[in-house]
Amino acid sequence: MYQFIYDLTGNMIISTLVVAVFPLVNVLLVALIGVYLERKVSAWMQDRVGPNRTGPYGLFQTVADFVKMMQKEDAVSNEVDKKLYNIAPVLVFAGSFAAYAAIPFSSKLIGSEAEVGIFYVIAISSLVVAGILMAGWSSNNKYSLLGAMRSAAQIVSYEIPTALVVLSMVMLTGTLSLSKMSEMQTAYFWNWNIFGGAAFALNKFLLIPFMLVGFIIVFISTLAEVNRTPFDIPEAESELVAGYFTEYCGMKWAMFMLSEYGNMFAVSAIVSILFFGGYQSPIGYLGNTIGATWLIPYEQAFWFVAKGWFFILVQMWLRWTLPRLRVDQLMAVCWKYLIPYAFLNLIIIGIISLL
Amino acid sequence: MNFYDIIFYIFAAITILSALFVVTTKNIIYSAFYLLFTFFGVAGIYVLLGADFIAIAQIMVYVGGILILLLFGVMLTNKVTGVEIKSGTVQIMPAVIGTGIFMGAVVAAMFFTNWRSEPASLPAGTANELGHLLLNDYVLIFELLGILLLIALIGAASIARREKE
Repeated sequence: MYQFIYDLTGNMIISTLVVAVFPLVNVLLVALIGVYLERKVSAWMQDRVGPNRTGPYGLFQTVADFVKMMQKEDAVSNEVDKKLYNIAPVLVFAGSFAAYAAIPFSSKLIGSEAEVGIFYVIAISSLVVAGILMAGWSSNNKYSLLGAMRSAAQIVSYEIPTALVVLSMVMLTGTLSLSKMSEMQTAYFWNWNIFGGAAFALNKFLLIPFMLVGFIIVFISTLAEVNRTPFDIPEAESELVAGYFTEYCGMKWAMFMLSEYGNMFAVSAIVSILFFGGYQSPIGYLGNTIGATWLIPYEQAFWFVAKGWFFILVQMWLRWTLPRLRVDQLMAVCWKYLIPYAFLNLIIIGIISLL
Repeated sequence: MNFYDIIFYIFAAITILSALFVVTTKNIIYSAFYLLFTFFGVAGIYVLLGADFIAIAQIMVYVGGILILLLFGVMLTNKVTGVEIKSGTVQIMPAVIGTGIFMGAVVAAMFFTNWRSEPASLPAGTANELGHLLLNDYVLIFELLGILLLIALIGAASIARREKE
């Protein structure tokens, strides 16, 4: 993709910017459709109708909301720390958007093919924590500060089981690069890592149960990292008003929402790359069948986005099913259950991959 | 001056300016947040040197770990007591002489060292070679460092767990 635009325009800066636009469009679409779906899914689960006035089936509800938000006055309280208050939403969004630099949307549409892919994604998400702390502190509101503290503690703790599972996958695949990881799990779903990887041997069948455990651990902990129910105590509305973004309104508030939806897609993408083949198709490529190889990257992009959306829907489903965890339960789940199991899983996968 | 030079100067400016603000600002929380940009700028320079793994480790350890810890500590103390940190100057003459000598030494080292320069090339990833080096040539040091960190972890946990009688 980059090379193609570089050949077309001959300018590094322009081609870099053009390539960076694609994930941005994706994040905006995820937020636009995600907010609508969230309302519809919650309505269906609670036997309600949901938005149905703006456009057919209420499809334009998010657009209307967005227009409303653009018109809102940018109200800033007198007591806030203005500098940090204004930077915080940008930093949070930058942190969540930066992760997209290493995520391969298809074999051709990759931001950076850096070898440290997954390690970079885990590291750069710490910018989000700094941004959240900045927002919470600068708001000069006890609920904001409490929310920020809870969020930071939660994200920092749940990074550990995520990193351990990622480490076991790195051990298995022998690479840190996300594009190589997706490439190794070739087309057809039985070659995906959740079914033991592409190589057909005894290992493949031994690995399946432990892959399942790893998937469950990484799904739970990434769910906690994006601060969604059942792990949404940083913004628990019944206790903390809205947590760390209580004092924000208008477009600055929208930046936080945008980064939340961006994060949701990013972690779904990471889970699907680690275990569900990334951009690989589950049923083979149409392009191979009819002999049109130029079609394959488009199909891959389709499957990648479809997998991302599937996990976003699972996240919504969980959000409207499960009650919120208490703070001490939240920490107990991470430190007493997920981390020991993740360590055990790491050792077992290591032994199996040595067999 | 090509593309990468411009990026280098941007990162260098971020690092130096934010480091300057870290020491001169009166508000301790601002210092902590400026430190974020310093760490980030240093990581960028590592990337330009071709040390991708070190750069990411820098962000992971310093931004993700140490800075967050610092922020926690500072936030839980600053607004409660309203402490203004001292950043005035005392003992100007000895300070000028001391920093002058140090600066001179650094500048002299910069000019008199015979720097090895190589034609710029797209560096390959370093993660693989680093792993081989750590687990083959330097395995003893690596293990010792692991044990050291484990001891620190156990110590921290035991201090945190100590219950009052």
